[in-house]
Amino acid sequence: MRFIFLLLLSFSVINAQSQAINKQIMSTGKDVFSLYCLACHQEDGTGVPNLNPPLVKTSYVLGDKKKLIGIVLNGFQEKVEINGEFYSNVMAPHDFLTDIEVASVLTYIRNSFGNKASAVTAAEVKIARKAINN
Amino acid sequence: MKKNSIALLIGLFAFFHLSAQVSIKMPEGFTYSIFADSLGRARHLVVSEKGDVFVKLEKLKNGNGIYQLKDQNGDGVADSYKGFGNYTGTGIGINNGFLYASSDEGVYRYKMTNNEVDDVNAAEKVVTGLVNKNQHASKSITFDKQGNIYVNIGAPSNACQVQDRRKGSPGMMPCPILDSAGGIWKFKNDVPLQSYNNGTKYATGLRNVVGLDWNKEVNDLYVMQHGRDMLFQFYPDLFTQQEGAVNPAEEMFRLKQGSDAGWPYCYFDNGKKQKLLNPEYGGDRNKIDICADKTKSIIQFPGHMAPNALLFYTGTMFPAKYKNGAFIAFHGSWNRSPEPQEGYFLVFVPFKDGMPSGDWEIFADGFAGDKKQPGAATYRPTGLAQGPDGSLYVSDDQKGRIWKISYNK
Repeated sequence: MRFIFLLLLSFSVINAQSQAINKQIMSTGKDVFSLYCLACHQEDGTGVPNLNPPLVKTSYVLGDKKKLIGIVLNGFQEKVEINGEFYSNVMAPHDFLTDIEVASVLTYIRNSFGNKASAVTAAEVKIARKAINN
Repeated sequence: MKKNSIALLIGLFAFFHLSAQVSIKMPEGFTYSIFADSLGRARHLVVSEKGDVFVKLEKLKNGNGIYQLKDQNGDGVADSYKGFGNYTGTGIGINNGFLYASSDEGVYRYKMTNNEVDDVNAAEKVVTGLVNKNQHASKSITFDKQGNIYVNIGAPSNACQVQDRRKGSPGMMPCPILDSAGGIWKFKNDVPLQSYNNGTKYATGLRNVVGLDWNKEVNDLYVMQHGRDMLFQFYPDLFTQQEGAVNPAEEMFRLKQGSDAGWPYCYFDNGKKQKLLNPEYGGDRNKIDICADKTKSIIQFPGHMAPNALLFYTGTMFPAKYKNGAFIAFHGSWNRSPEPQEGYFLVFVPFKDGMPSGDWEIFADGFAGDKKQPGAATYRPTGLAQGPDGSLYVSDDQKGRIWKISYNK
């Protein structure tokens, strides 16, 4: 039963790009965000000055999806400059999340906090994960 | 219709005007002036005997990392801004005829004559090559009366896990970070290019200290530790969301040579009121284990409020109860979300003979404006300094404002 649900879910993720953002994906994404991201990036995605980067309309969030998926899977250890400000805190790798969880949370982030961008699919996460593992 | 639009416009203007104004609430008799503004990421500051403010910036402003601010007409507002020093950092202080300022790797000094820097281009590097791995990289400084400078070297880590900030990753035993960070190092204030090989690890087991001060009354070093993050997020079986917001304590330590405050093995549990073993090291909110032997803090505060400055008040302008007591600038929390954030205020702790003699109290509040949130806060208190007349200066690193607080009998 759970397998069928996940299968349906991943099917809808794959098709999300050509449709309006799926409500179920957004809801799953929000749950993942609350559990793993919110503490640092804050409830409204504005982050913490000098420490944790904002997720609001930045090139990292809205730009290259492969790079964005890579940040979730690999974490982020360098001091990063975003819109003229530097952020220094460490983000741990989140490679323990499933493809669907990563796809959902990134779709949620890319369509929350004033962001509007295409969905990230589980298939895209799968490919990115394979590339990292090889 | 037109009338309504104008009324609406006036209403909106009034709303935005009011919301842009931040008023600081303090006890009866205290007043403040906005001494300086728009310096950007203003961190620690110091006031010369003549009353000039020197402030260190974490981000260059017009290519400068230090500003000298003069109030020539004595109205409580700086009328001259002079920038120098092309490096960023947090620490600044005046000692033995020199201005000292830190980068995230070391400490520079400039010779002063009659309270003026002789040559702003002649920085001499006193301390160099300290650990800078971005996280907890700021190097706060203070001085004793014997010609020594004390430098915080924050641990580039949350709890010394094998994989930093990864849920489930165990703590390293022993923690190798403590060899070169996670403590206070002591150096001579006049020897060039000192580093780990000729400095002393004065105290260890401190995750990150931003606020520190030498208490001249009792001749000891006091520091405020930033406690660890993520207790609820990593250990939801041990901490509720609310418990994770108030734990661990932010702690004040009175340090001696060789003190070990216990990080990363120990934390202070505000619920259990004692120093306990961290869960990364097998702690379960009951086990004390090796923490029994660690240096105990002398006062504890609610979690995550981020104490960024500590100052023992030695002036005579403020009422007698403030004499030799401690002011603490709490930068304000972030690791409490989605619980409400806390801090963004100044705290006062009364002291007698070098130990707290009463409960801590909020001394000044309102810096954040409408929202006590890290990104949305209007101002975040970061630095404290005492003027020659006994006034108290406060800096902010959100926009770079400096307040001068006075007491009028």
